[in-house]
Amino acid sequence: MVQHLPLVFKNSMRNKRRTVLTLFSIAASLCLLGFLMAIYYSFYFSEATQEQSLRLLVRNKVSLANPLLRSYMPRIKQVPGVEEAMIFQWFGGTYKDNKPENFFGRFAVEPAKLFTVYNEYKISEEEKKAFISERTACVVGEKTAARHNMKLGDRITLVGDIFPVKLELIVRGIYHSKTDNENMFFDYEYLNESMPAGRRDSVSTFGIKMDKAENAQAIAKGVDDLFRNAPLQTKTETEKAFQLSFLAFLGNVKAFLMAICAAVTFTILLVTGNTMAMSVRERVKEVGILKTLGYTPGLILSLLVGESLVISFLGGVIGLGLAAMLCGVLRNMPSTFADMSQIAIVPSIAAIGLGAALVIGLISSLIPAYGASRKSILEALRVSD
Amino acid sequence: MDIPLSYNLRNLVARRTTTIMTALGIALTVAVLLSIFALVDGLRTALSSTGHPLNIMVMRKGSTAELNSTVTQETFRVIKVKPGIAKDAKGEPQASLEVVTVIILESPEIPSGINITLRGLTVDGFAMRGSDVKLTAGRMFTPGRREVVVGQGISNRYPMARLGQTLHFGKGDWQVVGVMDAGRSAANSEVFCDLFQLASDQNRETTLSSALVRASDEVSMQALVNSLTNDQQLNVDATPERAYYAQQTSSAAPIQALGIFVSIIMAIGSSFAAMNTMYAAVARRSPEIGTLRVLGFSKLGILTSFFLESLLLSLLGGLLGCLLVLPLNNLQTGIGNFVTFSEITFNFHVTPSIMAMGIAFALVMGAIGGLFPAASAARKEILASLKQN
Repeated sequence: MVQHLPLVFKNSMRNKRRTVLTLFSIAASLCLLGFLMAIYYSFYFSEATQEQSLRLLVRNKVSLANPLLRSYMPRIKQVPGVEEAMIFQWFGGTYKDNKPENFFGRFAVEPAKLFTVYNEYKISEEEKKAFISERTACVVGEKTAARHNMKLGDRITLVGDIFPVKLELIVRGIYHSKTDNENMFFDYEYLNESMPAGRRDSVSTFGIKMDKAENAQAIAKGVDDLFRNAPLQTKTETEKAFQLSFLAFLGNVKAFLMAICAAVTFTILLVTGNTMAMSVRERVKEVGILKTLGYTPGLILSLLVGESLVISFLGGVIGLGLAAMLCGVLRNMPSTFADMSQIAIVPSIAAIGLGAALVIGLISSLIPAYGASRKSILEALRVSD
Repeated sequence: MDIPLSYNLRNLVARRTTTIMTALGIALTVAVLLSIFALVDGLRTALSSTGHPLNIMVMRKGSTAELNSTVTQETFRVIKVKPGIAKDAKGEPQASLEVVTVIILESPEIPSGINITLRGLTVDGFAMRGSDVKLTAGRMFTPGRREVVVGQGISNRYPMARLGQTLHFGKGDWQVVGVMDAGRSAANSEVFCDLFQLASDQNRETTLSSALVRASDEVSMQALVNSLTNDQQLNVDATPERAYYAQQTSSAAPIQALGIFVSIIMAIGSSFAAMNTMYAAVARRSPEIGTLRVLGFSKLGILTSFFLESLLLSLLGGLLGCLLVLPLNNLQTGIGNFVTFSEITFNFHVTPSIMAMGIAFALVMGAIGGLFPAASAARKEILASLKQN
């Protein structure tokens, strides 16, 4: 077979325009397929990082919009296996205006605990000290800081929507980590004191740092059991599960992505099948000549199928390359609904994508190629088209 | 003289396998785009048909949703006596103080449950919804009892919230005593109950969520909105109810963006495929093209003819695409609404204008795919093309 490879290549270049067009249409489809698979993979299959797997989040069982009480904190801390627990309050609000580009996560936390619970956040000792000691201080992720041109000492005003307050904050630190680099954190005390008397001391989420990741289930159950009969019940889950339930809230994202992938795959199958049928039809006469020269039907079949495999494989490589570029664009966009920082064409996706391309190449060429390779010499030579 | 269209039609029929495969590729692309449009349009219909044109939603200044708004009894008393508010049959101002929260309903598909908006209001407040919300089964909730009336969409999607069932939330069990039909509006995905019962269950008797007031006419509507919003003492924002719901369509923005992106890339692929098919058609019919030229058809005639053939091909694809999405029409689904933090139920909406858009989209693919092959057909030399084969 190997010695026939040059022939396969030559054959695929005989109608350059068609090959190029087919290549591009396969590339467009595979780019899409790879891109969607990368999103799917990053949402549903990617492993939590080591730090992430050591964290749990506690929220109100009903929804994120229903608060818990601050007084839950000491009780949560007493559950065996809990190393540290911290108020992790979504603030939301408005920075400058409501335009999507001015959106980033803003959380009220306990400054002294933030870098223990989220120990992947790196920040200099002085900045950390300044953040802890000053009540109106805040720290921002380096991506957000760069995007909004925030520097140490800058004043930032946040107008609350969930909370009826206006916060005046000063940037005292810029953190970076290998996952999130987009959020802003400030002191829960400052927020709490700014609130009207009747609405203080409510907390929507607590972050927990565990001793061992294996204890996640036991600790989650321990916390939820504590408040099983309280008026405000809790739901404790891993950070990853929390993100997934947030995503599930958007609707059936899984089914949506699957349906599009299926439509795309079927479309490529149609396109390549069509082209291969055309190109085989064009050279039935040639098959007659090859047979006269002593080529066996099996060899002819593999030559024709091989050509389709070469084209679809190349299309797959180009498509996945484009998909990798798209993933790069997505990674740099602000994460509004889901964590997009991990979306990439990982090796397993590349393998699946190329595998899909080859299978498509095989299926689409098998039937026309088989038909052509079985034609008798006379029949094949007589074809005038 | 133009080459008759039947020539193209017959050619498409003669190469039916290729025609159907290319058209199906276009059809799938169109179908993806149309299902997204149908989803967004369904959601938009649900949200934009919510609200009476004269109703005004009053919330705490700065809050973007009823869920995080607070309006006290005291504020409500001031709001109620503002001039320009319509009076009901008893001569009382038509204003409704409401408390809004979220509960979880489990369904067989989603055992972990979905968030649903629960609205506490008075019987008068219910009446303010007018003919938009009608009870279709059971009866109204009784003030002072733990009873709920559920929207039709909820009753359809959640067996545990059907008439006669009991829901458990807050401090006790709530009986489902009625089902309301709210047409396509958002109340279809809400659960209604007595204001004071819910408020006392939630320990918020004095601080409720929002107020709904009815203006007496369109002129006083704007004046009322201004007078409420500008009243420093009240510290509230007033928005026409229709506008409040209409802006929530943005919940579908991420799905819409992804859908459009996917369709465009698929369209690029499909255009290449159409181009391939048309180039093959041109190559195959080379002697025919020569003959047509000898017969006196002009280059432009050839160009138009092949271009039209490509358009016909894509039109077929567009029609097939519309057929593929038609079964989606009126299919009920729900997506999370980030403003209300709960799910909104709505139906896919495959409208004629959406289908027209799909066909236009298909024709664009056909045009892009057909132009170059048609031009190459027109450029062919008569002798050379006759000699081929």
